[in-house]
Amino acid sequence: MAELKTPSELKYTKNDEWLKIEGDTATIGISDFAQDALNDIVYVEFPDVGASLKQGAAFGVVESVKAASDIFMPVAGTVTEVNSSLEDSPETINTDPYGKGWLIKIKLDNAAEADSLMDSAAYIEFCASR
Amino acid sequence: MSYTPHTDLERQQMLSAIGVTTIEDLFEAVPSSHRFPKLDLPKPMSEMEVAAELSALADANEHAGDFALFRGAGAYHHFIPSAIGHLVLRGEFLTAYTPYQPEVSQGTLQAIYEYQSMMCTLTGMDAANASHYDGATSLAEAVTVSLEVGRQKRKKIILSPAINPQYRAVVRTYHQGSNIKIMGDSGRADIADLIEMLDENTAMVAVSYPNFFGQIDDFAQLAEKVHQAGALLVMVVNPTALGLLKSPGELGADIVVGEGQPLGIPLGFGGPYLGFFAVRNEYVRKIAGRIIGETVDKEGRRAYVMTLRPREQDIRREKATSNICTNQGLMSLTACIYMALMGKYGMRKVAELCYHKAHYAAKQIDDLKGYVVDMGKPFFHEFVVKCPMSVASINDKLIEKGIVGGYDLGLDYPHLKDHMLICVTEMNSKDEIDALVEGLKEAVA
Repeated sequence: MAELKTPSELKYTKNDEWLKIEGDTATIGISDFAQDALNDIVYVEFPDVGASLKQGAAFGVVESVKAASDIFMPVAGTVTEVNSSLEDSPETINTDPYGKGWLIKIKLDNAAEADSLMDSAAYIEFCASR
Repeated sequence: MSYTPHTDLERQQMLSAIGVTTIEDLFEAVPSSHRFPKLDLPKPMSEMEVAAELSALADANEHAGDFALFRGAGAYHHFIPSAIGHLVLRGEFLTAYTPYQPEVSQGTLQAIYEYQSMMCTLTGMDAANASHYDGATSLAEAVTVSLEVGRQKRKKIILSPAINPQYRAVVRTYHQGSNIKIMGDSGRADIADLIEMLDENTAMVAVSYPNFFGQIDDFAQLAEKVHQAGALLVMVVNPTALGLLKSPGELGADIVVGEGQPLGIPLGFGGPYLGFFAVRNEYVRKIAGRIIGETVDKEGRRAYVMTLRPREQDIRREKATSNICTNQGLMSLTACIYMALMGKYGMRKVAELCYHKAHYAAKQIDDLKGYVVDMGKPFFHEFVVKCPMSVASINDKLIEKGIVGGYDLGLDYPHLKDHMLICVTEMNSKDEIDALVEGLKEAVA
């Protein structure tokens, strides 16, 4: 766990998604811990732009050579953009999970929902306990 | 694999583990009078006697080769080069199941890979799977893919009435549990009518090329309109016709399916047949079945492996949209050998022979008093004949002359009562065609 990054400006979920809030929009991805556990990622399935999703709803799938995992909305919102560059190079999630490996951008329904998520310290502790 | 029977000791241990003493105890639920019924079997026979009896039974069947055959309607009588039978029956290939393990199955995997590649060339698609049971199943699987591409939100499936009626029936059976609306094929809708039915709830439109009546519809506007509506265009095709016609890929199809039987597979009383299934790259993750790919091993040598299979069949099973894993291995091998033997030129030649012979026959029949051939649209190797009397009564007369007449379209299309669908392939000599024409003439005399 020590070498895996956990940026402090992000919020985290128990399903290993991260959330970066900027005003009333947010970016969602999967954590360094998640990409490391999944191993080489080979495919990502996205929701439709415009889809309105509740907190906890599955919005896509990340498939690696080891597993295929649903990815869930950390907070409710409407999808405004998907990172379609990942369709051709899904391995970017492995190399840059918090940067170029972002998955979707959303317009937040209720920013207060993010308060229920973990900060980086809590997430590090959560990962260490698994 | 060696077969290791259980020892008496092991059997006893298993029985005591489940709390019974003898194997017979397991059958307690079956009334004892039914457990060992007395079978009224004939006396044992020698192998020679059995062979004679089976031959006598087989001789009771009528055999396609004994007739001048003018019936298609989904199953087609084509020449099968003898090399096919020889190669397909080789022990390396002849197995009840498709062995996908690359370390023991390079030959089988390469054959599937070549088959897939040829189907892509023929259909103009990017990827073809290792095959399905038959053409009808392939169409049903195309519906599954379209629903998935429409994210299960688009619920309308538009089928042309000119798709093989059996295929449409299978689609309905297959999807009876899905909450979808299958429409378009109850009346006499043409391509323009199908376009009219498109809306934001439409997942796919399927048409047949050539259609069930042997005709080639005008698809000029079709793909554009279907795609504008956000739906997929599925084409049900005859692979023989594709030797001559523009590929479905060029016509804008997203999924191409069809019956592979014309590719070297005998009529065989209706099966086993071969469903082919090919798609554009963007939908390849949604398909059922298997795709075999070419790669290199760790020493850089060419090798074949299973490249793609739906993950939902192994993991995430609750999300699976299809449980079709099996392919028609031996049948796809047959088609592969057939296409390899024919080559591009041979495929074209067969198609041309079918086309020209069918057009010769159509002209002769149209000239007969009382018969009218539908020449309204271009056709390939089947055409519709309006008859002066019932198709069944004509066929009864033809069969006496050793001729199997056309398909009775009235069975499936009420408005086509007394209409016969005639098929002519390279197997029909000019003499046979002339005998058919004479037979039709005499039938009404």
